[in-house]
Amino acid sequence: MTGTIDPTVINLVVFVLAVFVGYHVIWNVTPALHTPLMSVTNAISSVIIVGAILAAGPYETDFGAILGAVAVGLAAVNVFGGFLVTQRMLEMFRKKAPKAEKEKA
Amino acid sequence: MSANQLALWYLVASVLFVLALKGLSSPVAARRGNLFGMIGMAIAVLVTLAITKKVAFILVAAAIGGMIGAFVAKRVQMTQMPQLVAAMHSLVGMAAVLIAVAVVNNPGAFGEHDPLPRGNRFELFIGSFVGAITFSGSVIAFGKLAGLGKMFRLFSSAPVVYKGQHPLNLILAIVMIGFGLAFFFAEGKAWMPFLVMLGIAFTLGVLIIIPIGGADMPVVISMLNSYSGWAAAGIGFSLNNTMLIIAGSLVGSSGAILSYIMCKAMNRSFISVIMGGFGAAEGAAAAGSGDKTVRSGSAEDASFLLANAESVVIVPGYGLAVARAQHAVKEMAQKLIARGVSVRYAIHPVAGRMPGHMNVLLAEAEVPYDQVFEMEDINGELGTTDVALVLGANDVVNPLAHEKGSPIYGMPIIEAHKARTVLVNKRSMAAGYAGLDNPLFYMDKTMMVFGDAKKVVEDIVKALD
Repeated sequence: MTGTIDPTVINLVVFVLAVFVGYHVIWNVTPALHTPLMSVTNAISSVIIVGAILAAGPYETDFGAILGAVAVGLAAVNVFGGFLVTQRMLEMFRKKAPKAEKEKA
Repeated sequence: MSANQLALWYLVASVLFVLALKGLSSPVAARRGNLFGMIGMAIAVLVTLAITKKVAFILVAAAIGGMIGAFVAKRVQMTQMPQLVAAMHSLVGMAAVLIAVAVVNNPGAFGEHDPLPRGNRFELFIGSFVGAITFSGSVIAFGKLAGLGKMFRLFSSAPVVYKGQHPLNLILAIVMIGFGLAFFFAEGKAWMPFLVMLGIAFTLGVLIIIPIGGADMPVVISMLNSYSGWAAAGIGFSLNNTMLIIAGSLVGSSGAILSYIMCKAMNRSFISVIMGGFGAAEGAAAAGSGDKTVRSGSAEDASFLLANAESVVIVPGYGLAVARAQHAVKEMAQKLIARGVSVRYAIHPVAGRMPGHMNVLLAEAEVPYDQVFEMEDINGELGTTDVALVLGANDVVNPLAHEKGSPIYGMPIIEAHKARTVLVNKRSMAAGYAGLDNPLFYMDKTMMVFGDAKKVVEDIVKALD
């Protein structure tokens, strides 16, 4: 057997193992935290910003780079929005707030 | 930075993402987990920025988006979480589509061959059509959840059904795959088949979601969550980017599991939810349920019953979310506890419009989570409960689920009917989403308290003083 492994095969290996890990980790999530789970997975899926950065990154600012920059902006909404709203929700699941939180409208 | 170093940093970020998800097994570990997630994201973004040429250009775009995201995250109300999540899914879908178009435009910029090799085209096809469906489907889901039905008919929370709906969707899907294949086999950039394929995918996203009604939204939103992950993974395949593949797969499987759990909690198959239109046909027929009598009472009557009970179980539903009654409920519970009444909450998995919706609302009102029980954990104790207080829930407490032959037979329910006394708050006698009458309302031990959940609970609180 000779030759290098096709990147697609490696990708497939990574993919299958990641699905497997995801499957087992998610079943352990407590149902009470299903909404934070959705918002944090939302934040994690916005790692697509990595692809967007690559699209926006080449030397010449052509049509593709503009689209990439727009994609960076869209994904960034999720990166910040997703993690921050998850954090806000998880704060609410604190057992006892030691001091009264400032009231929100 | 070398490609190897980059891949290793991506590995670190991936492990942090797994830890972020793992943390959600308990509320205490979850906060640390979320921090891990943020660090993972920061690593992934920084190392990717390190290999690009135009850092400033990218940072400007990221700053604009980031500010919007942070602003929304700070301002959003917990009752609006379902639509926020739907909106965020749509952004991931759109980002996937834009990246795919950029790849077709200039594969060289991503270190790919130009023209794009066949294998990458196939992956790009999958990533972009899933992304497109995620985008338009989530926009419709957002409209339905935000209650924009009056603005635009397709946003109506009632199912939009028409003749030949499913055959049409099937034909569109086949045509879309046909153009995908044309893109796959074409020489050069092949814009035409690619863009037509995308156009059909956007249309399909709309058509798939419009027949699905309001109470099935927990499934839809989980499904779109899953799609957004698969779209990211698909783009990762075409860019040979392990970061996207791993994170996308984690999210994809998470959404798939949530969809499964939600379907299970409604005793419906995934296919039947997707086919939609549930309740539209039977809805009218079930309303004429004869001359059974209902006993209705005032908030004062309810408060008397509650104050004299030893144990109370509160069953919240979507009506509570609509009325934003969670804070009032907390206040009522506190008053009852001060009088020595044991108060617990029973949460059905599909109560509300997204998985875990009720838990977040109660947490927002600072209800201690050791008072909040999942359906399976509390059903056994309803038989010894003095008062079950049902607030804006209907189908999830419908005893018909135990009767063979009823449309919801087999659906797990919160067994409120076993309590010694049942108080039900509803706005009117209208049937629930399943279009079924609810025998619980006609039981001798049941008292209906009509009105907006918040108003009624506030009146109960006043009467308790």
